[in-house]
Amino acid sequence: MTRSLRDCWVSFGQFAATFGSFQMFSLRLLPYLPKAFLRPRLITDQIYSLGALSLVLIMFGGFFVGTVLALQSYSTLVEFGQVDALGAFASEALVRELGPVVAALLFAGRAGSAVASEVGLMRATNQLAAMELMAVDPMQRVIVPRFIAGVISVPLLAAIFCTMGVLGAYLVGVHLLGVDVGAFWSHIQDRVDLVDDVGSGLFKSFVFGISASLMGVYEGYNAAPNASGVSRAATRTVVITSVWILLFDFVLTGMTMPGV
Amino acid sequence: MSSESRAIDIGVGLFILLGLGSVIFLTTQTLGSTALSESTSYTLHAHFDHIGDLKVRAPVALAGVTIGRVSRISVDPINYQASVELRIDKTFNQFPIDTFASIATTGLLGGKYIELGPGGDEEVLQDQDEIEFTQSAILLENLIGKFMVNGKGDKDE
Repeated sequence: MTRSLRDCWVSFGQFAATFGSFQMFSLRLLPYLPKAFLRPRLITDQIYSLGALSLVLIMFGGFFVGTVLALQSYSTLVEFGQVDALGAFASEALVRELGPVVAALLFAGRAGSAVASEVGLMRATNQLAAMELMAVDPMQRVIVPRFIAGVISVPLLAAIFCTMGVLGAYLVGVHLLGVDVGAFWSHIQDRVDLVDDVGSGLFKSFVFGISASLMGVYEGYNAAPNASGVSRAATRTVVITSVWILLFDFVLTGMTMPGV
Repeated sequence: MSSESRAIDIGVGLFILLGLGSVIFLTTQTLGSTALSESTSYTLHAHFDHIGDLKVRAPVALAGVTIGRVSRISVDPINYQASVELRIDKTFNQFPIDTFASIATTGLLGGKYIELGPGGDEEVLQDQDEIEFTQSAILLENLIGKFMVNGKGDKDE
């Protein structure tokens, strides 16, 4: 009894310590941010490997989420004779919720884990220590460019995800299910609001971008310097980022929902 | 510049372009012909006894064609009426002063909108003017209630 209590206390202490060191890491990152733009090359390289190389996955995902959304909502809407609202239904769901969340989850799986294992391997092979010896700050050189690239990439990826989703819904809705083209687009224009829907979606994906890329660099930087440490860093990044994203999504949706 | 970094530049450029293009696509979707800014629209006010479930952003229509939006709904605490603010496209600034505003429904289950019926007066409504003649929303429940009461009455007689 006392033993399991003590175990609980110890693991709670560990959790608090990890959480605290994560906060410290985030704070340590802040002063580096403005200086990072003096070396834009480092950032663009990372935007390429984190953002541009995720494009295919994101576009594929967005397109098929849109098509499935159209098929699924059609079967419900047709019962009420409201199939004209299909476009509005699909695009609002995409822009508000699915776009930011699914794009961020895919990003965490595709790029967040890559960052964690890359930085973790640098730690394990003493590359970070070697940089410090050469008076190159690894925070400035390795961590911050990856973080900034992630924060820039995720909202763009979410926007691409939404666009592909709307196009997918358009293809299925209009060309497969026979929804009227004009009704499809005019309902979208009627329902989707610039600030409430598109704005809040982009804001969400910005927050998700910060959490996904911060978690990737943190886990990599603090990985145990061995093979299992690197793999654990990659796994923890995906798991913790997913939990954070879903948690933040609930909070942000509650905050940005009009009329709640 | 090496060819590898050139490929990266192209990749990043395409990615950013595609991302910004998507943002523009998503924002222009919402800015159909119905988007009204301060400079291209003017405001009218109307009081209704009951607005049903009229929402902010509901269309304002003339002969069934959308020419504006409901921009604000509030309740007047003095005469207990709903006060509705309408933003209307500046092209349609020739409404006579005895124009009629009624709350109508699109379809059976559809949302509420405001239909304007132009009157015959020479004077026209200006920005911030009040539409005096209004008709409240017809509540389906009241209508059904009336029918039921009437139906009973007929049978009794």
